[in-house]
Amino acid sequence: MPNPKRRGSKCRRDKRRTHKKLSQPAVSTCPQCKSVKRPHVVCPTCGTYKGREVIEKTEA
Amino acid sequence: MRHSMDHRKLGRNPSHRKALLRNMMNSLVLSERIETTVPKAKELRRLADRLVTLGKRGTLHARRRAFALLSDKETTDKLFATLAGRFVGREGGYTRIVRTGYRVGDGAELAILEYLPAEEKKAAAKGKRKAPVKKGAEKPAAGKKSAVPGEKKKTKAPTSREKETERKAPRSPRKKVGEKSK
Repeated sequence: MPNPKRRGSKCRRDKRRTHKKLSQPAVSTCPQCKSVKRPHVVCPTCGTYKGREVIEKTEA
Repeated sequence: MRHSMDHRKLGRNPSHRKALLRNMMNSLVLSERIETTVPKAKELRRLADRLVTLGKRGTLHARRRAFALLSDKETTDKLFATLAGRFVGREGGYTRIVRTGYRVGDGAELAILEYLPAEEKKAAAKGKRKAPVKKGAEKPAAGKKSAVPGEKKKTKAPTSREKETERKAPRSPRKKVGEKSK
């Protein structure tokens, strides 16, 4: 069975992992209440989506 | 990549899946709006549209085929009596799916699947381009608390947007730095 000749260095291991990272979630602002929300999703604070289509009547 | 996937299996065997979709169809026809996971909603959408198509056909044969799907007399009657008439002027696309967020228990993404309301069609045709004007007018009616930011927005809309974009830019690098230090 062929085996690696050398143990990999920490440097190479860490460099390999530079591409393994978290990305920022996509964020947009609600046109109604201007709060931060996810795009293409009903605004969790005011319950509207695409204008005044009130999906959830959340009473804050 | 396996193409030609006919439908989602939803993690169920065929009989279980059929029963699930049947239950959901009945609930949807009865209440006209249900909240489920996004994959289930997308899977149910085609059946919901097919039901309306059968309802609009209105023949005895169509009725029997709808009953074969629903196996419930009450919902079949409602489908042919009210829902079919509502969508006379519309060819397909009788439903709407709107994402609502994530379920607490298992983090599944939820969506509302609903039959379009009756007056939606005329309002959408005429109101789409006039929508910004109507928005401002109807905001106060929506609720007192929401009316206050709405009024502010009318006057300061361009400036506030600029501020937001300016804020965003420095914020995101700050967050990144914070995450790295953690």
